[in-house]
Amino acid sequence: MWYYEKKLQYPVRVGSCNPQLAKYLIEQYGGADGELSAALRYLNQRYTIPDKVVGLLTDIGTEEFAHLEMIATMVYKLTKDATPEQMKAAGLGAHYANHEHALYYENAAGSAWTATYIAAKGDPIADLYEDIAAEEKARATYQWIINLSDDPDLNDGLKYLREREIIHSQRFREAVEILKEERDRQIFF
Amino acid sequence: MFTQVKYYQPYNSPNDPCPPVRVKSYQTPPQLYIGFQPPNLQQFSPKQALYCGTLWPAFYSPYPDPDGRNDDK
Amino acid sequence: MNHPLPPAYYELLEEIQAVDFVLVELTLYLDTHPEDYEAIKQFNQYAQQSKKLKKQYEQQYGPLRQYGESYSGYPWNWNNAPWPWQV
Repeated sequence: MWYYEKKLQYPVRVGSCNPQLAKYLIEQYGGADGELSAALRYLNQRYTIPDKVVGLLTDIGTEEFAHLEMIATMVYKLTKDATPEQMKAAGLGAHYANHEHALYYENAAGSAWTATYIAAKGDPIADLYEDIAAEEKARATYQWIINLSDDPDLNDGLKYLREREIIHSQRFREAVEILKEERDRQIFF
Repeated sequence: MFTQVKYYQPYNSPNDPCPPVRVKSYQTPPQLYIGFQPPNLQQFSPKQALYCGTLWPAFYSPYPDPDGRNDDK
Repeated sequence: MNHPLPPAYYELLEEIQAVDFVLVELTLYLDTHPEDYEAIKQFNQYAQQSKKLKKQYEQQYGPLRQYGESYSGYPWNWNNAPWPWQV
């Protein structure tokens, strides 16, 4: 089971009411390489991977939910109290018509999240390589959003999230090394 | 040591309508180089670690590249 | 509850976030380095420090966790704002 903790993993700050940035940032909420996809991908792979890397998938999957909450916080603050006119001007008129200020699991182009974003091949190496690629793609997405954003407070949180992708990628690379090792052969009974 | 940004020069045609970007770059962060993390790497203080997004300076990857170029040897 | 939180709230929260971040980093590290004795010692030290800080936080600002992981005040104060995205 899981325990919720009533705090963010990182002190998120947002400098201005800016629905335009929220529109870009939603990519990391409900997009293919976003935090929801990441959390569900890793937690789902746990059931068919060797025991010695299940702990890592569990812990990274759990951390992704903390990141999802950070993205939600950013979107919430960027759009809180924005007028319908501001939403429309930011390209969020269609979103507003359907969801008002509610968050929705969609990408920056407005397509709803889909399970086809995540892979589960059942082959441990294939799945871990998928995870490494997912981390690198998420890192790249953060770079592109930072390039689009002129809000230094927001960028501070985005740089943190980009760095986390680097660490996760590192750990998945180590998981591959662990599964490559032939250590088990040397166990004496 | 390694660099965290690489550069290349794409081909530019006189028929390209956008003003050419002569030098392009891409990121090559530390996880591509370190291999299995060795024990006892130097650590940041807890607050520094939080604001850098990692406990270990060896994995810290600033973005955007602070000097535009990043050729520390 | 709609009065702004004192600066001390943000300072304590930041301290908890920093200590818990070290714990996240060490957790992922230990998942792939289960035999690093020094890292496990450090992990246990920080776990203890995190518990201490959270106890202090909860006495002033209410429960951080649910399902019995935190004690409740009276009346039930889990629902009290602010939620993490509101601060």
